[in-house]
This record gives sequence, C-alpha cells and structure tokens, in this order.
Amino acid sequence: MRKKHSLLTRIWHWLNALCVIVLFMSGLGISNAHRYLYWGNAGSQPSEAWTAVIRFPDWATLPQRYDLAESRDWHVLFSWPFAIGLLVFWIAMLIGGHFWRDLRTHREEWKSAAIWADIVKHAKLDFTHDGAKYSFLQKLSYGIVLGVLLPVMVFTGLAISPGFEPAAPWLVDWFGGRQSARSIHFLAAWALFAFFVIHILLVLLSGPVKQMRDMITGGRDET
Amino acid sequence: MKRRTALVGLGALFTGACSKVAESRAGQSLFDMAENWHMKAHRALANRQALAPEFTKVDISPVFKGNGSITVDSDIYRDQLSKGFPNWRLRVGGLVKNEMSFSLENLRALPQRSQITRHDCVEGWSAIGEWTGPQLSLLLDAAEVLPEANFIVFYCADILYGKRYYESIDMVDAYHPQTIVAHELNGEPLPEKNGAPLRMRIERQLGYKHPKYLTRIEAVASLDDIEGGKGGFWEDNYGYQWYAGI
Repeated sequence: MRKKHSLLTRIWHWLNALCVIVLFMSGLGISNAHRYLYWGNAGSQPSEAWTAVIRFPDWATLPQRYDLAESRDWHVLFSWPFAIGLLVFWIAMLIGGHFWRDLRTHREEWKSAAIWADIVKHAKLDFTHDGAKYSFLQKLSYGIVLGVLLPVMVFTGLAISPGFEPAAPWLVDWFGGRQSARSIHFLAAWALFAFFVIHILLVLLSGPVKQMRDMITGGRDET
Repeated sequence: MKRRTALVGLGALFTGACSKVAESRAGQSLFDMAENWHMKAHRALANRQALAPEFTKVDISPVFKGNGSITVDSDIYRDQLSKGFPNWRLRVGGLVKNEMSFSLENLRALPQRSQITRHDCVEGWSAIGEWTGPQLSLLLDAAEVLPEANFIVFYCADILYGKRYYESIDMVDAYHPQTIVAHELNGEPLPEKNGAPLRMRIERQLGYKHPKYLTRIEAVASLDDIEGGKGGFWEDNYGYQWYAGI
C-alpha cells in the first residue's frame, strides 16, 4: 500500500526547503568573504589552499550584495529551524515508522540487476513503482540527503564555530580540523544543490501539478 | 521563456521579501535572538572555563596573516615601534577601585601564559600561532573591578575606515584563563601587522573580537553609551554580531 505524505513530512519538507534556500544563498555570500578552501586546521594563504572558489554573483547571494554581516545573520538565524527540524523529523521517522516502512532499502534491491532495472526505468521516464512508496533510486537519494548530507551540514557548521568547539573538540578532529570541516561544509552544500536540481527536474518530468499538490495536501492513500 | 521570467520573478520576490525582513525592526530582533541563543547554547554545553584547543609548535602557521588594521598611521606610533615601545602605556580604568597604568616592562614582569591557538577570522581563514602574555584576570584583579561592572571594553590606537577601533566582552570571557594581553607572537615581540605592541586574545571568538594596538581597558556596567552602543567597531559600523563565537 502507498500511503499519502503525512502532515509532518509535508511541514518538514517545506520548512526544510525554505531553510536550505536561505542557508545556501547566505552561504554563498559568506563564501565570497574568503574564496579559498583548505584541508587541516589552519590556512590563510592562497599557497596553502587546495582550491580557489569563484566569486558568486550578487543575484545568487543573500542579501543581493556583498554584506558578510547580514549573510551571517541569515545563516545564524536559519541554522536553528534547519537543525531542529531535521532532528525532529528523524525522531518522528524512526518512531512513526516512515523510515522503516518507506525509506529503508532491502537486500534484494541492492542486486546489480535490480539497480540496473531501476536506472533503465528512470531513463525511460517511467516513475511508477508498484507496492513500495519509493523506488530504489529514490530511497537511495533521500537516504543520502537525510542521512548524510543534511546532518553533515549541521555537524560541519557546528565544527566551524569557535564558541562551540570547547564543548566538543572531538567533532572538529573528527572532520580533520576546522578548515577541513569548512571545506566539507562547502562540498556538501553543492552536493545538496545537485540533489535540489535533480529533484526539481524529476518533479517536472513526473507530473508537477500532482506532485506539488500531494506535497501540500498530502494526496490520497493508494492501494 | 515565460516560465523563466516567472522563475526570475519568484526569486526576486523572495530576495526582496528577505531584504524587507532584514531591514525591519522585527527582523533585526530575530537576528539578535538567534545570536543570543547560540551564545546561551555554547555556554550551556561547555564549561564557562572550557578551553579552546591548544596545538603544538609543529602546527604553527608559516605566515600569520595581518588583517583589518595592519599599522597605526601616526608618527608617535612609528617612533615607538622603532624603539620597542618604551613609552607605551596600557591603562586600566572605569568601574575599578584602583586605576592602573602598565608599561610593557610591567606586563612582562607579571606571570605569563603561552598558548598555541587557532585564530579564526570571520572571513573564513584560520592561522595558528603561539601567543604570550599575562592573563587579563591578573590585571582586573590588581585593579579590583567593582561588582557593578558587566563588560570589559578595549580601546585601541588604530583608526580603521576613519573610526577608532574598540571591542568589548562580558565577564565570562574576561576571566577566561586563555584571555591574555599578548605581547609576543611565536616567541618574538608582536609584529606590527598583528597589533604591536599589545593585542587581546579572546580565544573562543572570531578574530575581530581580538583588538590590536591596545591602549586602554575599561570596566563598564553597560555598552549603551560607548561609541555606537553595540560594543565594537564592526558591530557599530557594519552590523557584525557582538557574540562572535559562531
């Protein structure tokens, strides 16, 4: 049976979308303040950097001009609903069964023939999947976003914060130092952007009106 | 084409709404509230005296970047710099029982703390260096800070974008063991670009909270009547957060 999207899923989805958009755009503004990334704990010279980053144009940043202080204000404000929302959603998914029922993959789905079949199906723009709520590729991408990328954004964000560090210095070490945490924060943000693009593309290809309606009203239970 | 126009329009609507929020009083108080929650969370999660991580000599950065003011543009400063600051004084005053004035020699004669710490700039870069100097708490105890003091304000000699630099911290950071008045970086007298002859180290906050070219320390009850009232040069003039632990 395919259940409709629960109210909590819908609320979290849109809250998280807003948070991610604000955090991403203000993050691009923050990135413009120092356009080099480093590994390890320290780095301040171009010669120490593993990469230089482009200057993101004003239309892509929040606010729409270079203003590090205001970009940080937005970032610091939206980090709260972002992190708390993710925590609440995870707890609800684990207790309410959404994770176990719909997101968890099964051993047979990991067989290469099954994966290939799912890829071919997607390539043919066939998005039906009988029985389960999500196809394997959907489970995999939602799993990576919910289980890896979003938590990594929260934890690397905490690791960059010098006032949080004395509470959990192991967290910074765990990422390989503050500048490593900053680099991972940047890379994971772009991985999320890649998901965002594919996600929207697939919504457009698979019936955007129904998809949007279902994520707002919940849709109907289907058997 | 129509769809793209709609998308651009939607984007402009969103960012336009954001700028309205940021300019509003309610938006500003939301920002302040979020900043305050971060500070409270940091202080609740870690001991108030919890140390910023300290490193070893091999971790010291080859170049310690100088940022913001990298000199004091005056003849007196240049003259003092060339002579090793014989006449430089650090005054301690405000809400204290004993007003005091320290020469560099006085500061060097006090018990010293050396710490190899990571300096994190608000821009995003970090550099590791070894700082040496007396703990601020020694100076405050010698001056006997009065109980009504809530903040310590640092005044500086440098002028940045036409305004005098200053900063402030609360008593938790003022009495933190790693809060020192540094006169040495990596075993040498402080270089000019890093704040010679004296700069504060407030290790659990970003670099703009570590004022350079330090001349005066003042204990105060409130920050409202000092300069722009927001507790620091960047806070007053460019809207930076007073709590820079984030």
